[in-house]
Amino acid sequence: MTMAPDLDSPRTAVANPPVQPMESNLGQGDVVRSSAGGPVAESPRDLTDVAKLIDVSKCIGCKACQTACVEWNDTQPEIGVNVGVYENPHDLTPEMYTLMRFTEYDNPETGDFEWLIRKDGCMHCVDPGCLKACPAPGAIVQYSNGIVDFISENCIGCGYCISGCPFDIPRLSPTQHVVKKCTLCSDRVAVGQGPACAKACPTQAITFGSKEDMTALAAERIEDLKSRGYDNAGLYDPQGVGGTHVMYVLHHADKPSIYNGLPDDPKISDVVQGWKGPTKPAGIAAVGLAAVGAAAMALFTRSRVTPEDEAEAAELVQEEMRGSARPDDRGTA
Amino acid sequence: MTQREYSESTDRIVQTEPVVVKRYITFTRVNHWFTALCFIVLMLSGFALFHPALFGLTALFGGGQNARWLHPFVGVALSISFLGMFLQLAHLNILRREDLVWTRHITDVVSGNEERLPELGKYNFGQKLVFWGMFWLILVLLISGVAMWIQYFPELVSIETRRIAILVHSVSAVLIVLVFILHIFAAFWTQGTISAMTRGTVSGGWSWRHHRKWLRELARRQRTKPAE
Repeated sequence: MTMAPDLDSPRTAVANPPVQPMESNLGQGDVVRSSAGGPVAESPRDLTDVAKLIDVSKCIGCKACQTACVEWNDTQPEIGVNVGVYENPHDLTPEMYTLMRFTEYDNPETGDFEWLIRKDGCMHCVDPGCLKACPAPGAIVQYSNGIVDFISENCIGCGYCISGCPFDIPRLSPTQHVVKKCTLCSDRVAVGQGPACAKACPTQAITFGSKEDMTALAAERIEDLKSRGYDNAGLYDPQGVGGTHVMYVLHHADKPSIYNGLPDDPKISDVVQGWKGPTKPAGIAAVGLAAVGAAAMALFTRSRVTPEDEAEAAELVQEEMRGSARPDDRGTA
Repeated sequence: MTQREYSESTDRIVQTEPVVVKRYITFTRVNHWFTALCFIVLMLSGFALFHPALFGLTALFGGGQNARWLHPFVGVALSISFLGMFLQLAHLNILRREDLVWTRHITDVVSGNEERLPELGKYNFGQKLVFWGMFWLILVLLISGVAMWIQYFPELVSIETRRIAILVHSVSAVLIVLVFILHIFAAFWTQGTISAMTRGTVSGGWSWRHHRKWLRELARRQRTKPAE
């Protein structure tokens, strides 16, 4: 739990940040993947994988994380309305990158009523569907520490990432015409601090550090939960998207979907894979071949109209106009 | 006046020596070229978002953001414009028995042995294929395009449906560009065609060679009445 100067990423969000100004330590030089063939670093630093661990069993639903997120990212969520549920706002928005989702769960096995409160937001997939779907070079990047970030200046606002995401996270801003989501506080991580939500969490239900440390911490938590009767407690680090850099400790890890629709087995949709996989090169090849073939044929051959055709036409027109034409010779073939 | 089966009321022989035939009135030609302009804008901006290698095409529209908002509006403009074309051209593009014969003799079409082909009305099977290909693909592109237009219709369809819409939109776009290539190719390859859409007229020889039934009908319609 130190902030040693040679450390490439912070190991915790609870440690106090350094007081001296720091250079940004995360940028283009750390980009390992970039949407639509955008620029990647030639020899990126091999940063330690980071992760945010959200222990659902410790969450009290106070929404301090939401507030911290709004404060740090300087977003302006609309004043909401109360429709009788605790979610506020009612969904993720371009101004609200994280959201406490509340589920009232009647546990059929124990007969107990349980509050399942899940902090929703970008999962920072190892294999991000948003990045795969994005058509704008460099609008979505992945750093070598695992953070998936939207670069708004390259974003064209098409919303393809919304279709690519298996978790329904990105939101299109109708005023800025760019898509927004949780950055895992890449700008804080860049200066040795953990995400704002983790910093603000009063119960340390949200913790941040290396993925290795977070996995180990999760294992301790799961053991504790199991000892207290949650036999199905487990870690949510879905392998269908290659694992994620935001992980959950769930007391019912056998049924992720009871946590307000957390996908049981998320993966990039086959439709998106088909669209971004074979369709692109096959489409370009088909159009290219057709264009070249047509140009070549038009260049070397031509269906010509001859002077004889013109004479035949004149004769036909004259006869028909005069009404002296023979009955159609081949008119009804 | 003989009945019209193969021609529009506005089609007429405007000159007899040499024969010159009116094929498209000004309204149809303006309608056509507006549709074509929309098509080219859509094709370029669409290709830019279809393959990263072609993203540079967005520069033609002043960047990715502009290409992104322009594309759907031009799509709507093309759809309305094509509807105009459709209303004018659809009835003579209905498939007929002789189209089957023509298709079976497609090698004679390509090799120029047109004496082996049936006489045709205003359109041959290839032209009808372009017409109906454009019609159905524009319909599919319009519907899938609206489903993708999240700036104005963010809640219209579910994310799963939108994924399918995007795939369908991409595949249909490739197909319609193939139809477009066929259309341009045929216009150039068949000498004497392009003037139909520029000046509105074609030569008698062209009409005799490719659309004899149409020419015959026009001549009959303009039969001079016997003196009374």
